[in-house]
Amino acid sequence: MSSKRTIAVTVNGTRYERKDVEVRLTLADFLRHELGLTGTHLGCEHGVCGACTILLDGKSARSCLLLAVQADGHKILTIEGIAPSADKMHPLQEAFRDNHGLQCGFCTPGMLTTLIEFLRDNPDPTEQEVRIAISGNLCRCTGYQGIVAAALDAAKRMRAAP
Amino acid sequence: MKPPPFQYHDPRTIAEAVGLLGTLENAKLLAGGQSLMPMLNMRFVLPDHVIDLNRVEGLSYIKETGGVLEIGAMTRQYEVEFSEIVRTRCPLLHQAILQVGHRQTRNRGTVGGSLCHLDPAAELVSVAAALDATIVVTNASGRREIKFADFPVAYMTPAIEQNEILTAVRFPLWKAGHGAAFVEFARRHGDFAIVSAAALLERDGGGIIARASITIGGIGSAPVRVKELEEAIVGKTASAELFRTACESCRKLDAIEDIHAPASYRQHLAAVLSRRALEQASGIAPQSATSVH
Ligand SMILES: Cc1cc2nc3c(=O)[nH]c(=O)nc-3n(C[C@@H](O)[C@H](O)[C@H](O)COP(=O)(O)OP(=O)(O)OC[C@H]3O[C@@H](n4cnc5c(N)ncnc54)[C@H](O)[C@@H]3O)c2cc1C
Ligand code: FES
Ligand code: FES
Repeated sequence: MSSKRTIAVTVNGTRYERKDVEVRLTLADFLRHELGLTGTHLGCEHGVCGACTILLDGKSARSCLLLAVQADGHKILTIEGIAPSADKMHPLQEAFRDNHGLQCGFCTPGMLTTLIEFLRDNPDPTEQEVRIAISGNLCRCTGYQGIVAAALDAAKRMRAAP
Repeated sequence: MKPPPFQYHDPRTIAEAVGLLGTLENAKLLAGGQSLMPMLNMRFVLPDHVIDLNRVEGLSYIKETGGVLEIGAMTRQYEVEFSEIVRTRCPLLHQAILQVGHRQTRNRGTVGGSLCHLDPAAELVSVAAALDATIVVTNASGRREIKFADFPVAYMTPAIEQNEILTAVRFPLWKAGHGAAFVEFARRHGDFAIVSAAALLERDGGGIIARASITIGGIGSAPVRVKELEEAIVGKTASAELFRTACESCRKLDAIEDIHAPASYRQHLAAVLSRRALEQASGIAPQSATSVH
């Protein structure tokens, strides 16, 4: 009973036309397997870990809980698209590197995409607000301390050079 | 952990969606997908057809008319969170929504989806019980209204027929200046509550409690209105002592037992959280901070 649909999406500024997808394909698997964008990680595939977070029309969402067909006509930003250029990192990426915001890196794409939206809405957050903002993202390595420090540091850098 | 095969339909109108529901066998409606997609990925549900409501027009709005707040089924939870009408006119709903999942799940999850999923600990379900909401469903012959008290028929089972769509929920608003508090105990921020308490209070000019509503979530298969407690405080002056004594009756509520907590622990939480909710709603204690913004 497999059925397919043709969709068109814009991912990280690149327009993809006429992509044939099985209707049950999740957006996460579409990004990883069809577009080869494996920066979006899959931890749990049932909405709990946050590793697969992407921005759909600028709003964070779990890509394991979306179907690729639902993204038809929409704009998606993944971890591959956050750096301003190939040789320059996003201030969040720099702050994560400088504050030990990652160890194995599995949760990092989801942390960064979540924090991009959060810092856009709340450029000067408290530590408690950062902790609530990343409460839907699980990290098994860092103990979160470095991630929270990185987020606060990134906020400071982004306020200084908006 | 991949969804099973199904046929996908994305109607544009309510009529089209109701039509599909009426003709397709073993169909499931897809709203925000924050509960249904995990169930599909884990293959707890195996529908032959998925009817996606995300492109249906006219199901996303928040409006107030004549003291009633009406919210369309496909209104996202984040829209409720940032709504000025909700924050000022329905503070209980505002406080509750901040405790529903996380930013990423509220960006997709809908009001109607949460009510239909009917998790015993879902915050929105408790708010509907606390405010005596009316559920509006649409079927092929028109619209039907269901009083919230009649909405849960069994564990996670709403009184909606297979050929019906929940299209809106109506919350009768309390007087301007009423007290409200939603408090819950969860292991981590954004988790479903183990137990929650919602309190609404109206006081007359002399400070006497004129009207009260107390709802405990997570204790039974649906939220419970504690009428005994409501009656015990109406006509009295709010005080820490009154609430401490009156809330003890929550220990007698029938409680479910699961991997997260035994019944006795839930009964204890019901007494403690209802007291805290009443203290916050009456201004005896400050509101607990749950807001990210
Ligand atoms: C990590 C995580 C944490 C969460 N934490 C919480 C929490 O703390 N509190 C909480 O309450 N929820 C929580 N949730 C669930 C919440 O996010 C969901 O949004 C909600 O339970 C379902 O709403 P939905 O719009 O996503 O519906 P869906 O998942 O799309 O649908 C849920 C069910 O309702 C039916 N349905 C949906 N819309 C209609 C309609 N209009 N008419 C008839 N039937 C309909 C569907 O067929 C399905 O059976 C959490 C989810 C995740 C992934
Ligand atoms: S993989 Fe999507 S939330 Fe875990
Ligand atoms: S760095 Fe390993 S899971 Fe977060």
